[in-house]
Amino acid sequence: MNEFKGQTLSWQVVNGAIELALHRDPCNEIGSLTLEELERFSAALPILANEAYALIVHSTQKAGFSAGADLRELFQRGQEMEKLEALRGVRQFLERIHAVMNALDTTPLTTIAAVHGVTFGGGFELALVCDIIIADRMARFCFPELRLGLIPGFGGIPRLKRDLGNAVVRDLLLTGRSFNVMKAQQIGLVSQIAAEGEALRLARATASQVGKFDRRTAAAAKEFVKPIPYDELKREIDIFCDLYARPAVEEGLRKFVQNDAVQPYLP
Amino acid sequence: MPTSGSAPEHTLDEILNLAALHFKVPREKLTPDDDFFKTLGIDSLQALDLLTRLEHHFHIELPDYELQGVSDFRTLANRIQARL
Repeated sequence: MNEFKGQTLSWQVVNGAIELALHRDPCNEIGSLTLEELERFSAALPILANEAYALIVHSTQKAGFSAGADLRELFQRGQEMEKLEALRGVRQFLERIHAVMNALDTTPLTTIAAVHGVTFGGGFELALVCDIIIADRMARFCFPELRLGLIPGFGGIPRLKRDLGNAVVRDLLLTGRSFNVMKAQQIGLVSQIAAEGEALRLARATASQVGKFDRRTAAAAKEFVKPIPYDELKREIDIFCDLYARPAVEEGLRKFVQNDAVQPYLP
Repeated sequence: MPTSGSAPEHTLDEILNLAALHFKVPREKLTPDDDFFKTLGIDSLQALDLLTRLEHHFHIELPDYELQGVSDFRTLANRIQARL
């Protein structure tokens, strides 16, 4: 229970901190297998929390923290099913990943995302559930979903609105542009910037500091300052599903999946 | 003086030096009109890495949509110059 090695992620408890490592090739795309293993982690979390005071989420993949949802799988599933069945599948996937994200968001542990490289879409959303984001100097953040005719679906918009000013949220969402750690720190998203390759070490040092304080007090403080926007999260799923049902999204996904251009990550 | 919209030589030089150093390509092999995807042998993810390094180096923010269709150092330098 306090140690797990899966196909897409692993966890272990090290010096009072749970370290959840993402390790799916090429860049931790989040599909059904990752979701299953995240659900497994989420189920284990209340027990793990008894022997830890912090959770660190990080990636062992060179390319980055996570490139977000597995769009190839999303496209493939859509091709294999009737439209209504595919839509039901998408809603079910979103409800399941929201349950995981909410569990991470509300755990009484202090949670730290140690990110580097590509932190896009669903990967960005996973970082956003954490209490503290520590970013490698080369990290890059982006919500590229509008390029596909979608909005972020893993809770990104309500959580971004919770943390940042609405004008910044509109810029990031409506332009779909990526931005670096300096910008991320300037807008209040990233609290610490690490030298290249040092984010996990800084996260461990931060976890160690967090461990000095009474856990009940820390949990009460967290609950006080970090409300969960449940209504907006539910609404996000509805909007995503409405948009997903349009033919333009299938075309957008097809273009992305079949794109062999040298610049697919550039908007 | 450079004409309006074109980057001065030292901006181009700094870009070429940084690209050569980071992607371990001999500096003398890089010229302003090279297609940097081909010359450096990089994909779009590595191009984002280059963009991040350039943003840090020049202390600017360069939205990646400004790089759409840009593949040569000279145009890249012009886009950077417009933000300096």
